Amino acid sequence: MNRRDFLKLACFSVVGTPARSVFDRLTGKDIAGPTKEGQPKWAMVVDLKMCASKPGCRDCVDACHSIHNVPAFNNPKDEVKWVWTDSYKNIFPEQSHRFVSVEVQTRPVLILCNHCENPPCVKVCPTRATFRREDGIVMMDYHRCIGCRYCMAACPYGARSFNWKDPRPFIKKIKEDFPTRTKGVVEKCSFCEERLAKGLKPACVEACTTKALTFGDLNEPNSQVRNLLASKPNIRRKAYLGTEPKVFYLE
Amino acid sequence: MIEKSLKGDHIYWAWVAFLLVMIGIGFIAYMRQWDLGLGITGMGRDISWGLYIANFTFLVGVAASGVMVVLPYYLHNFKVFARITIFGEFLAVAAVTMAMLFIFVDLGQPARVFNIILYPSPHSVLFWDMIVLSLYLILNIIIGWRTLEAEHQEEAPPIWLKPLVFISIPLAFSIHTVTAFIFSGLGARPFWLTALLAPRFLASAFASGPAILIIMCIIMRRFAKFDIGQEATQKIALIITYALSIHIFFFLVEIFTVFYGGIPEHVHHFEYLLGRGGQSILTISAWISLVLIWIAFLLMINPQTRKTEGTLIYALLAVIIAVWIEKGLSFIVPGFIPSPLGEIARYSPTLAEIFITIGVWSVGILFLTVLYKVTVSIKKGMVS
Repeated sequence: MNRRDFLKLACFSVVGTPARSVFDRLTGKDIAGPTKEGQPKWAMVVDLKMCASKPGCRDCVDACHSIHNVPAFNNPKDEVKWVWTDSYKNIFPEQSHRFVSVEVQTRPVLILCNHCENPPCVKVCPTRATFRREDGIVMMDYHRCIGCRYCMAACPYGARSFNWKDPRPFIKKIKEDFPTRTKGVVEKCSFCEERLAKGLKPACVEACTTKALTFGDLNEPNSQVRNLLASKPNIRRKAYLGTEPKVFYLE
Repeated sequence: MIEKSLKGDHIYWAWVAFLLVMIGIGFIAYMRQWDLGLGITGMGRDISWGLYIANFTFLVGVAASGVMVVLPYYLHNFKVFARITIFGEFLAVAAVTMAMLFIFVDLGQPARVFNIILYPSPHSVLFWDMIVLSLYLILNIIIGWRTLEAEHQEEAPPIWLKPLVFISIPLAFSIHTVTAFIFSGLGARPFWLTALLAPRFLASAFASGPAILIIMCIIMRRFAKFDIGQEATQKIALIITYALSIHIFFFLVEIFTVFYGGIPEHVHHFEYLLGRGGQSILTISAWISLVLIWIAFLLMINPQTRKTEGTLIYALLAVIIAVWIEKGLSFIVPGFIPSPLGEIARYSPTLAEIFITIGVWSVGILFLTVLYKVTVSIKKGMVS
């Protein structure tokens, strides 16, 4: 190493490294902690054909919404949703054209929080009330959220709901083992982290009778999700935004 | 000095009383919102920001525009603005106060507002916006008030004020730039995702803010017999003309890129704004804004109409209303239409929301009235 190289290296380590770390902090690159050895990375695979094989089915939605005390407001303005369906052409507009069969275009697509690897909602939150765990789950702290709804503006998937009113009177039957929310905070799907902690699968996956939903660990090479993703063509919602969604769809 | 705001004629007191009543009505409406939640507004799942954030965006621009009189006076020693600089600074104080209040009334859990400070998040633009807005507010209060005090005691302003003024100038640009970044950094909302947003915000702010300042000065001449002088008015009018031209140019540049580029995600928002989904408050106000901005432009570039106060007033009012719409509802709401799921939701503010909005404006206008009253009393006292 000559003197010039040494000076370059010295300058880089003095200025470059902190500059890099400041840049990462400002652009939210530091949101995700390092993946630990043996740490799972949770993901879901939705088989659209199997899901459509039982028309009008709401098993997964009902299971999720009832155990998580999700209120039913019955009007689109105040609606709170953790998991729900919409048509293929709304969810994958860039994949839809008029030659796609009507059957596919109107096929229901199950949607929920994508638990992005680069979650824009976490980046914009001014209080870190929404954060990303090491296992990839994007979580909400309902007690810290100030209700500014910046995360709702930042989410490209419409996955976040705000409590425009006190939700409690609108919950059909309150489950005592799961917290209810207050008015003025944002909420969304949590991949059933409370069930994962007990070694159970997410409620929607368990409730599905058509075997359309597969849940598992992306860090486990032989997991069911890894096998499906390796063997079948699959798509993600708005992957071009660089959010790295972890809900995959088999067509 | 503040005691000077307690001496006024019956028009002054009637005006103050009117503002207090408006604040009272706004406060009652806000108490309802506090109890029942933001569900009493027109906002909802798909259009989750509305009138409050619209006014916030506009007012940050007004606050930033104070720099248009501060900069020529302090950096170029432009004496014509000597009498008016302080009014620019106090306008900034009132505007930042309103902007921050609009953020506050938009919060779902206002009691937790200090979580922004307790859990600082450098990757959130909102965190930085809070910092620059607070700094700008504090600086303008200190600069404006201390300068006035010096004038009152007929001495030169203290030397330590100068560096504060020099900090406040770039800070004025930064408050509006950071406010633009709140929106232009969101990949999820193609309507806002444009590098031109911050420059566009600054251009429209430097047109609308000084327009408000001239209108204020005309009102003060009429009611307080205080005149900033024809030359100052005309110089500000010229600044407005340039800013307005740049603003219109930026807007057309944006329109070109969106429609010629033709990416559906970008085009759709503009199409709905201009009426593809049918008529609504949103589309009608957008067209009103477009027409007004061109009327204002024609009246301002024509020296005859710019120099005649009778027509100048109409041009200024057109600028203010057009920019308020363009940066307000026409900017916030179309960002949410269509929604990420292709939903075409409608938004119209509710009565409670409008009362709260008027209440916040009344707080700011009351601040402005008191600050301007004190300033005019001191400046007039010096002349006599």
